[in-house]
Amino acid sequence: MKNTDACPSSIPPQLRTALVDFLYQLADDELVVGHRNSEWLGVAPDIEEDVAFASMAQDEIGHATYFYGLLEALGEGRADDLAFVRTVTERRNAVLTEQQNGDWATTIIRHYLYDLFESVRLKALVASAYEPVAQGANKMLREEYYHLLHMGTWFRRLAMNGGVARSRIECALALVWKDVADLFTLGEHREILVREGIITMDEPELYAAWEREVTQVFTELQLQWPGSPQLPAERGRVGQHTIHLQTLLADMGEVYLTYPQTNW
Amino acid sequence: MFWMNSDDQGHAGEPLCQAVLLALDGVSDPEIPAVSIRELGMVHRVTAEEDVISVELLPTFVGCPALELIRGKVIERLTAQFHAKRVNVSFVMTQPWTSQRITSVGIEKLRAFGIAPPVRREPRCLVPPPCPYCGASDTRIENLFGPTACRSLFYCTSCQQPFEGMKAV
Repeated sequence: MKNTDACPSSIPPQLRTALVDFLYQLADDELVVGHRNSEWLGVAPDIEEDVAFASMAQDEIGHATYFYGLLEALGEGRADDLAFVRTVTERRNAVLTEQQNGDWATTIIRHYLYDLFESVRLKALVASAYEPVAQGANKMLREEYYHLLHMGTWFRRLAMNGGVARSRIECALALVWKDVADLFTLGEHREILVREGIITMDEPELYAAWEREVTQVFTELQLQWPGSPQLPAERGRVGQHTIHLQTLLADMGEVYLTYPQTNW
Repeated sequence: MFWMNSDDQGHAGEPLCQAVLLALDGVSDPEIPAVSIRELGMVHRVTAEEDVISVELLPTFVGCPALELIRGKVIERLTAQFHAKRVNVSFVMTQPWTSQRITSVGIEKLRAFGIAPPVRREPRCLVPPPCPYCGASDTRIENLFGPTACRSLFYCTSCQQPFEGMKAV
């Protein structure tokens, strides 16, 4: 895509299909992570974390809303329906995001590794050939700083504390590591997305940039590198998901789906 | 058609645009009533045509839930003053809102309201701002996240007051 024209009708069909698929990846990742954040509301370890997780949920779901809005502009349907009504196999979020929160250590490490990935991906989108994506990424990157700082602080605190905190972090790392590789996949239209400059990094480059950041932190915290991440059995970017997404969607959509025609 | 950027406010502009910008001084942030949306640097561009006034606003945070409220307040305020015109309000991200867009008047009003202005941030730490109440610099971060997306919570060890601060973005 050579120009920055956001007019849907001017996008060639093949590129449009790829762009739509990719926008679902961006929107669904943020919606699902945002929903998992919101599940800590009222049950977080202290009131500061109640506030923090509620605020981060609001940020992430706000980002999802932005991307669903772009999909709506491309004729995909109402943003609310895209968020609440699509079936499991239509979802494009990475499976890492849909896993249950687990204990505090699992929550922190999953979110930290995701936030690192998200900042790498947003950096690869600020020069996107699709101008609305570039504008959104440029703005979101500024907000993500706070999520990364918060999660990084918690991760260091738990890992350096020794005792139960350290052993829980080590267990959580092994658990979360099984799903991280799915983050770096761009789905079935990967070539065209990179070739047309919708995203300015390909899958190996996204992974390499993330790995550089993560190895640095692991070295600092003397955490053993768990090895090269392997793709999980389910691939979120092509609509394969675990049972946990099914449950999440049912919970998240319960009110909306009861009266879909109501104006909330 | 005339238009002017909010940043151009010091220059002579088309009178109607100028009047619209002045009217926007009267629209306060619903969550920080002490400052106007213009002082927060949210007004990107005002366009005046024969029968339509268009206002482009920059969202402070993408997911800020107050945006629709702000849109309604702007329409209400401008329709009241310029009844013959239709008013369009849109949120754009053609340039990102940053905390550096808050005007010096806005910063003073925030401080008087008890909210510390945005401060320097570094890759792995945030430098806590001086206390807006007593001016002391021995303050600490209580929570990076606060009552709204754009604010953090701090504590002043000197006057023993908790206070809020605008996030630097």
